[in-house]
Amino acid sequence: MITKRIIPCLDVKDGRVVKGVSFVGLRDAGDPVELASLYDQTGADELVFLDISASHEGRETMIDVVRQAASKLTIPFTVGGGIRSVEDMTRTLRAGADKVSLNTAAVLSPELISEGARRFGNQCIVVAIDAKYDQELDDWIVYTHGGREHTKWSVLDWARHVVELGAGEILLTSMDQDGQKNGFDLDLVRAVSEAVTVPVIASGGAGNAQDFVEVFTRTKASAALAASIFHYEEVSIMEVKALLRDRGEEVRWIPSR
Amino acid sequence: MIAIIDYGMGNLYSLSQALQRLDHEYVITDDVETIQKADKMILPGVGAFGDAMRELNQRGLTKIIFEEAIAGKPLLGICLGMQLLFTGSDEHGYYSGLNLLAGHVKEIKVDLPVPHMGWNWLSFRHPHPLFRSLEEGHVYFVHSYHVQASNTEDVIATTDYSQDFTAIVARKNIIGMQFHPEKSGPLGMQLLHQFAEGRI
Repeated sequence: MITKRIIPCLDVKDGRVVKGVSFVGLRDAGDPVELASLYDQTGADELVFLDISASHEGRETMIDVVRQAASKLTIPFTVGGGIRSVEDMTRTLRAGADKVSLNTAAVLSPELISEGARRFGNQCIVVAIDAKYDQELDDWIVYTHGGREHTKWSVLDWARHVVELGAGEILLTSMDQDGQKNGFDLDLVRAVSEAVTVPVIASGGAGNAQDFVEVFTRTKASAALAASIFHYEEVSIMEVKALLRDRGEEVRWIPSR
Repeated sequence: MIAIIDYGMGNLYSLSQALQRLDHEYVITDDVETIQKADKMILPGVGAFGDAMRELNQRGLTKIIFEEAIAGKPLLGICLGMQLLFTGSDEHGYYSGLNLLAGHVKEIKVDLPVPHMGWNWLSFRHPHPLFRSLEEGHVYFVHSYHVQASNTEDVIATTDYSQDFTAIVARKNIIGMQFHPEKSGPLGMQLLHQFAEGRI
């Protein structure tokens, strides 16, 4: 059977990894390609690069990062952040990314999803959804612009809508749990992963290996994403996989180096 | 020299870099003469079946791929490229394929997420030179359609996604891989290497 995927996420600004990385043995911990290669060799199933550059130059640098990553990695990777047009998608995919992730741009121009899916295939188009619970509405609401602006979309409605438009995968981040390190938002992940037919990547809140067990045994998530716990070596990818395997989940096993 | 056939569909860069790391010479080309001179062909592909056949036809590549393959030149189809080797596909209407192998491409219908996306176990079904000194393991799949080969002996590896799906096909010099060997870690690299070394 298919394995549950573990996906480290690298935030990249102007070609450098941000959110301090404290890996022992890395020559240059700020080099996204070097860090990505390390994750490739230590059991990551896939990678996400999130470009948070604000400038045009920063985004140009990201294309170089993508090209170098594609020449070194033996696993697939997704690039998100700053992709606003079909031209941006084309450039990023041509540089060697396997998928592109759309967030704010998808809400502002949903036709980007259908146009991207038509040109490159559904499997290349990931829609990233930033979700936050609204107590008054008793519902999860879609946020854009890095979580600064809210929309009228209910997360479940938006998730179903993007799949109809052609999204091949959903990257679902809980803004309530993000950075809290006390587990994924199981209610949110369960609701979305049961509402759509495409794979869902759970994101936001991973604090330890047990959190991955919870999200995979209690929701239909296909993959789980985390950043800081891997970057700070609080837990290794293979430690997460070992616990998952103990609990009867299928994981891709690679021999330790 | 391996000709990676460029017909505007898919991520040729990652594949070319994988061959580079394995130290195999390649050329990315849509030129008939270059394809004729190459000693192996790889037909990659991501996207829709009908679009891919249209692109191949418009670039005048359908005939040359067919003729070279029939003449015995090793051909590896990857992902959509494997599906194109078959008789035809039901993806968004019916489209004829290269018809180098007998069988049809159908939509995946299972009670699990589609696309079938991620790392799944590759089970070797028949002994084959491609598998020499290799062990079964996980490889990276991403597809919403699958191949139903008419000749079951052409299916040399399968994967289980609530039912068995065709993962590798082989008939003489013609090979197809539904997963992406260039994105499948050490096992994928080894399979690509075996093809490039002519272990077919």
